[in-house]
Amino acid sequence: MSKVDLAQFHKAFHEESLDGLDAMEQALLALDEGADDPELINVVFRAAHSIKGGAATFGFADVAAFTHVAENLMDEVRSGRRPMDKAVVELLLRSGDTVRDMLSLSMAGQPAATAESQGLLAELSAMVSGVAAAAPAAARAAAPVEAIEGWDIAFRPFDYLLKTGNDPARMFRELAALGPLQVSCDATALPALADMDASSSYLGWTLRLDAGAKRAAVEGVFDWVDGDCDLTLTPRIAVPVVEPVVAAPVAAPATAAPRAVRDVAANTEASSVRVGIEKIDTLINLVGELVITQSMLSQFHDGVDPGQLDMLRQGLAQLSRHTRELQESVMSIRMLPISTVFNRFPRLVRDLAQKLEKKVVLDMRGETTELDKTVLEKIGDPLVHLVRNAIDHGLEVPARRLAAGKGDTGTLRMEAFHRGGSIVVEVADDGAGLNRDAIVAKAIQRGIIASGDGMSDDAVADLIFEAGFSTAAATTDLSGRGVGMDVVRRNVMDLGGTVSIRSTHGSGTTFTIALPLTLAIIDGLTAAVGAETYIVPLVSIVESVQVKPDAIRSVAGGGELFRFRDHWLPIVRLYDVFGCEGPRRAIDEGIVIVVEGEGTRIGLFVDELIGQQQAVVKSLEANYRRVAGISGATILADGAVALIADVAGLVRLQSRRKAA
Amino acid sequence: MAKILAVDDSASMRSMVAFTLRGAGHDVDEADNGQAAIDTARGTKFDLVLADVNMPVMDGISMVREMRTMAGYSGVPILMLTTESNPEKKMEGKAAGATGWLVKPFDPDQLLATVARVLG
Repeated sequence: MSKVDLAQFHKAFHEESLDGLDAMEQALLALDEGADDPELINVVFRAAHSIKGGAATFGFADVAAFTHVAENLMDEVRSGRRPMDKAVVELLLRSGDTVRDMLSLSMAGQPAATAESQGLLAELSAMVSGVAAAAPAAARAAAPVEAIEGWDIAFRPFDYLLKTGNDPARMFRELAALGPLQVSCDATALPALADMDASSSYLGWTLRLDAGAKRAAVEGVFDWVDGDCDLTLTPRIAVPVVEPVVAAPVAAPATAAPRAVRDVAANTEASSVRVGIEKIDTLINLVGELVITQSMLSQFHDGVDPGQLDMLRQGLAQLSRHTRELQESVMSIRMLPISTVFNRFPRLVRDLAQKLEKKVVLDMRGETTELDKTVLEKIGDPLVHLVRNAIDHGLEVPARRLAAGKGDTGTLRMEAFHRGGSIVVEVADDGAGLNRDAIVAKAIQRGIIASGDGMSDDAVADLIFEAGFSTAAATTDLSGRGVGMDVVRRNVMDLGGTVSIRSTHGSGTTFTIALPLTLAIIDGLTAAVGAETYIVPLVSIVESVQVKPDAIRSVAGGGELFRFRDHWLPIVRLYDVFGCEGPRRAIDEGIVIVVEGEGTRIGLFVDELIGQQQAVVKSLEANYRRVAGISGATILADGAVALIADVAGLVRLQSRRKAA
Repeated sequence: MAKILAVDDSASMRSMVAFTLRGAGHDVDEADNGQAAIDTARGTKFDLVLADVNMPVMDGISMVREMRTMAGYSGVPILMLTTESNPEKKMEGKAAGATGWLVKPFDPDQLLATVARVLG
């Protein structure tokens, strides 16, 4: 036995199968829209075929049995025996979902055959003409076997045999392994040397095997050359007997597994990243450059001769350039195209539109825009929510669209692009737009506002992000899942992003999500507080101001407010929040950093601003524990540790203090 | 020790094959479709090629057909990794010039036995 543990390939198999299923789904959707490309059918076939092959190899029999039947169905389509109609597309789309679930169960070590998968398997089998839903590895009935003393073999290869890579000498060695072998060669067909083609076969052989090898063993030696030679196998039989036929074990019907499929699927987020080869090449190059620079700088280990100063300066400049490029390069490994998230939407939009009897065209743009993997994993749910909302509440049914003078088919646009240091993702529909009066009425009813008078359209639109707000008169089973737009906003904010809405009554709504490029590095302002250094993320900073003592108002409970552009903002002294030691400065000797978190502005009072820098975020939770008002830590250039202020957390702390 | 080219679009199958063969001391190169295999084989002489049948860009059957026309590849053993649901693929592969086949699913031991059989 070899010592190869197949389990080490399971993860790779799972990931490539999920990729295959995604490709299959996209191809099916394209076929559903009437695309006429044989390669699309091949893509679907190959996905089913590869998963079957892999599942069988790596020991997932249930998955193999299921995909085997799906593959047969696709084979019928591929060979033109069956049209690729709506019914086939529908069944295969559902099959893809089921295989996804079965794979998740398999990876979790649970039986993959569920009542659901068995039901669908029966449907698939019924559709495939004359194919039973048996496991591919159905046992063959045992055949009667003769009692054999030996074999007489006549073997004459056709002239081209050697060109197929089959070597008679190799076959004779195999026969000899079965027992004593006598070989005689017939060279009568050998042409004159001048006429001979070295790669042709001219010889014939008679072989006598003196061993009672089974027919299958002897045939097995010649199985690859069947049809490429004249071959007669004659057994020398002593007394014919019949080997008792053992009943072939029938694959037991898989038992129904508990329906925990979705839970399992949710826990199997892939934690590896597949990286384009050019990114790796760049990295290798850069590391090479660094090594060269390092060796250049190492010449200076015995001190610097003044004449060499220029060289040292040059070396250091090179080092810093390479280090920066290396950092960017390493960061880019975490970046994946947003298509990995966008890909699920054609299916979602198709299913929703069908259910709601609406006509929708999905227009996706900028799918190659790259995002940090962590951000990508978490942006899926908010996007699904926005898309559901757009189709459910935004886009109208065809009749209403026609009545409004629009085409009967609505357009849903999903677009990703770079803007400044952010990635922007927009979800836009050309539907009815928000109804200002309905929103105002609802917000008043929910006690969110007292009156809509004097509110701008944008301010009204913003109300839908308020907790407890729901625009739908009756909750549908589509977007009304007890999750409102406030959750979307919170999810996006957790990623350090913002979400905004733009709506024109009668012509549509656009949601704009702006996300940071990465969560692993932030741009921050370093500020001194006593003996400590804190980093305030630049994205949250509105402005830094010096406040005169007479601009401060004290309020009941010990709070302080200061006037900032017609608003009174609370002052949060970071000394007090974080319990810093050291002398406290008077208000006009320090600086107030105005920050915004969760839509609320506060002023953070610090001693002084040190500068702006990029900070590599280290988790405080992983190394210590969660601390309110702190989102992480980083290491400064001098090796000291600085804590990163969690602005949203500080805002929450402040409002709690106010309430107390 | 032989120089072997493993061709399969499935990364998990390919790494299983490569890992197993490397463990047996062979020198293994990998390609993820027929065209990539042809390109690799033009620069390096292999003692044995193991190729999947269904692959994007160029399938295994077309790959064998083209490889057989390449200098130095006339008699090199090429085994198709095929599935038992597709017996006609074996014949198609043979017609294109394949040496033989290994039926999926196979385990590492079956793979090593078959490779040993071809390499002698």
